[in-house]
Amino acid sequence: MSHRRKRGYEDEDGGYRSKKRRTNEHMEIEDRLESLILRVGEKSTSSLESNLEGLASVLEADLSTYKSKILKILIECAIKLPDKCTIYTTLIGLLNTKNYNFGGECVELLVKSTKDCLKSFRWSDARFLLRFMSDLVNCHVVNAGSLLQLLDNFVDAALEEGVPQVRRDWFAYSVLSALPWVGRELYEKKESELDRMLGSLEGYIKRRKKIHHNALRVFKSDHPHPQEEYLDCLWQQIKRLRSDMWIEKHIIRPYLAFDSTLCEALQHNLPSLVPPPHHPSTLYPLPTVIFRMFDYTDCPEGPILPGQHSIERWLIEEQLRHILMSNHTERKECAAQLLSYPLKNKIPLEYIIVEVMFGEIFRLPTPLCLEIAYGSILIELCKLQPSTMPQVLAQATELLYERIDVMNKTCFDRFVNWFSYHLSNFQFRWSWDDWDDALSQDPEQPKAKFILETLLKCLRLSYHQRVVELIPETFAVFLPDKPAPNFKYSVDGPYAGSEETRASANLMAAIKRKCTSEEVLSLLKQELDPATGEEDITDGVFNPTKIDVFIQTLLFLGQKSFSHSFAAIAKFHSVFKALGSTEEAQICILRSVFQLWKTHQQMLVVLIDKMLKTQIVECAAVANWVFSKEMVPEFSKCYIWEIVHLTIRKMNKHVSKLQKEASEARKRIEDSDSDSSDSEDESRGRRKNKPLERPTEEQVEKLEDKMESAQADQKNLFLIIFQRFIMILSEHLVRCDTDAVDFKTPWFQWTVGRLHQIFMIHHEQVEKYSTTLETLLFTQDLDPNILDVFHQFVALRM
Amino acid sequence: MSTDLSSYRDQHFKGSRSEQERLLAQSTTLYVGNMSFYTTEEQLYELFGKCGEVKKIVMGLDKFKRTPCGFCFVEFYTRGDSEHAMRYINGTRLDDRIIRTDWDAGFIEGRQYGRGKSGGQVRDEYRTDFDSGRGGYGKIVQQKLEQPDYLT
Repeated sequence: MSHRRKRGYEDEDGGYRSKKRRTNEHMEIEDRLESLILRVGEKSTSSLESNLEGLASVLEADLSTYKSKILKILIECAIKLPDKCTIYTTLIGLLNTKNYNFGGECVELLVKSTKDCLKSFRWSDARFLLRFMSDLVNCHVVNAGSLLQLLDNFVDAALEEGVPQVRRDWFAYSVLSALPWVGRELYEKKESELDRMLGSLEGYIKRRKKIHHNALRVFKSDHPHPQEEYLDCLWQQIKRLRSDMWIEKHIIRPYLAFDSTLCEALQHNLPSLVPPPHHPSTLYPLPTVIFRMFDYTDCPEGPILPGQHSIERWLIEEQLRHILMSNHTERKECAAQLLSYPLKNKIPLEYIIVEVMFGEIFRLPTPLCLEIAYGSILIELCKLQPSTMPQVLAQATELLYERIDVMNKTCFDRFVNWFSYHLSNFQFRWSWDDWDDALSQDPEQPKAKFILETLLKCLRLSYHQRVVELIPETFAVFLPDKPAPNFKYSVDGPYAGSEETRASANLMAAIKRKCTSEEVLSLLKQELDPATGEEDITDGVFNPTKIDVFIQTLLFLGQKSFSHSFAAIAKFHSVFKALGSTEEAQICILRSVFQLWKTHQQMLVVLIDKMLKTQIVECAAVANWVFSKEMVPEFSKCYIWEIVHLTIRKMNKHVSKLQKEASEARKRIEDSDSDSSDSEDESRGRRKNKPLERPTEEQVEKLEDKMESAQADQKNLFLIIFQRFIMILSEHLVRCDTDAVDFKTPWFQWTVGRLHQIFMIHHEQVEKYSTTLETLLFTQDLDPNILDVFHQFVALRM
Repeated sequence: MSTDLSSYRDQHFKGSRSEQERLLAQSTTLYVGNMSFYTTEEQLYELFGKCGEVKKIVMGLDKFKRTPCGFCFVEFYTRGDSEHAMRYINGTRLDDRIIRTDWDAGFIEGRQYGRGKSGGQVRDEYRTDFDSGRGGYGKIVQQKLEQPDYLT
């Protein structure tokens, strides 16, 4: 929330004021009030209590004139500053003692705002408001019984049958997440009702299905730390709190100091709040897993890390995550705020911050921010705490490496990306020798692969010689190939003297002479097509040699940089199009590019990206090529999956763009139809507001056809990919069964992991086709090892 | 804010100051400075690609030698992606150097050349430090050092 003075131009009290001076004064006072309210609780020479008392007096005086504005500000504080919840509830408590009606209006507005948030799917905001209303019981503003009634309504929503579990889970979670604040009070005043409510919740939490859990785990194993499902974890934490008689010492409660004043106040009953019913189009927050990597034994002597089922752990993590999500666009401010966490001297703060940050980096299905956001914030944290942060990060890296055998493959990629990026900011300094256990491993094992893939990424951020220098000599086995083109048609190469080599040399000369695309095509035809006298471009017929000579030669000429290659592709685009007329021909193109640039993975990625963008190859061709026999040795390498995901993303973007165009065009027709039936608007010259012409029905239909066709392509792409996965996995399972060997080979783990990754990265798009996938591909007869991945994905939204 | 404009304005910009401000405010192109002369397009693609799809990179070149002289332009497809780069890449390291990003009004042919008298960037004319990634001493200092009687 901005601390800058906001120009609030609305004036809900007295309507439009004619005197400009009074309006300005009014606005200035509103700004001052806002500033006072926002800043209460910040560092001050006076105590928090005296600041609150002072502020309450100031506001009391202004209640008659500025009531709406004050109410509005307080609601915003409840939503945007949940870590200051108890400060603002205390303030409202004090105001309630002075002005009962104001307290009532607060309460009413809170309930209304909560309803609005639920209706507009602002789930976090709703949860913070629920917490706020609960805390008002502590300030004697809200009657405990009426709060319980509201919470019971939420619990009823959790128990409702026939609605998605994600909805029910959210309602259960939101009730539990209010209890740390008000549990004690409810226990003292309404123990049996509280117990009954908790009993219902416990029953629900235990009964529900957790098929989605495995889809979201960062580590497959619960050893040494369980990777708990989020609702299960909070339930355990609340249970522990309950067994501690609801006494927790973490939350600062300013209202305690005012207890004698506050308990004189009359309480209000919360207006009824029944959650809006479920609607099929509602999107609920996805479930999560609580990422754990540290326990108290990992931290040095000093403040103790609160246990995983202590409510303190949850409270701290809530707050840190909120700081992160409120400040992630300003990395320096974010790091500073994380490190100024108020209770930092009581906890090993760096450890919790690092655990929360990695939890976010590894969040499934997808992180909430860009991976580089977390990476750069971690770097800022290191800058602010150079004597502790880097060590904690190093410790974290070691821990993650130790457990990498059971790490989810999607998270593996993110770990590689983060670590290589981090190293690139610290001169690539690392104690590689500590990891020499990887040297004796099969390169497909996770530890060995991690080092290999990290070094490949380090290569992209530096250069080959740098990587040579940064690893110990013993690690030479992990050294990436020196990126270089493998040009097969050089005059002294493997095909010396052949007609292909001669054609290549002639082509090279022609290109250097700045020939045209037509000249290239006719040169290729002349040199390499058999002299049959017939048209050589017929349906389905292509000449692989022509393709290979052209691709190898052209891209060899463009080897100097990406820009050189892109320019080459652009200049001879029509040759590419002519040669790649079918999917098979396009796969041939991909094959040629691959053979030339095998050692330069990054070049392969950008070239394929460019060819997709310029429609030289279709998405389906890339998908089929990745799963082809020739690519089997490359299959588990990370760059292949970079290519697969960028291919899917291109398709997704294309479909979204067409959807947007089609629906905007459709809307323009609808808008102009409704306008033309309203003669009043025409007379006011409304045409000024619509610079775009009304498209014809025909035009819109054409756009909609285009969109449908793209959607069909998108569906087809997913079908191809998933079908191929099922085929290779099934083959593997059958073969292992026949040979009576364990099917859980490293290849199997990687491949299942990659299948899972498709569901995770593209979950929104894949979701659209769930039913088709279930009917056509992921049928009941499929091996459970494959089918489970699909079921876990579907369970995310059930 | 990390996405704010710096105080630099291209003095060679063809147009009014307000036109320049308008272009900067909606630009998807970033100027990247303090690079090593040896930093490659590939490294830039890898780092800036973490913020979104890179549309184009134009390396800054010495006007005479036509070799990289330590700056470049990175263009994204969307404003949002370039804002990410301002937030998360500006002030971090590439090729072991802290690089700086700033909004640019848009690449025009000719702007890829250094404007210093010696062909590189202006800042490399006047600086007095020794920077091995940027050709050693600044040009003026270099010229002085080359004079036979400079050190006597």
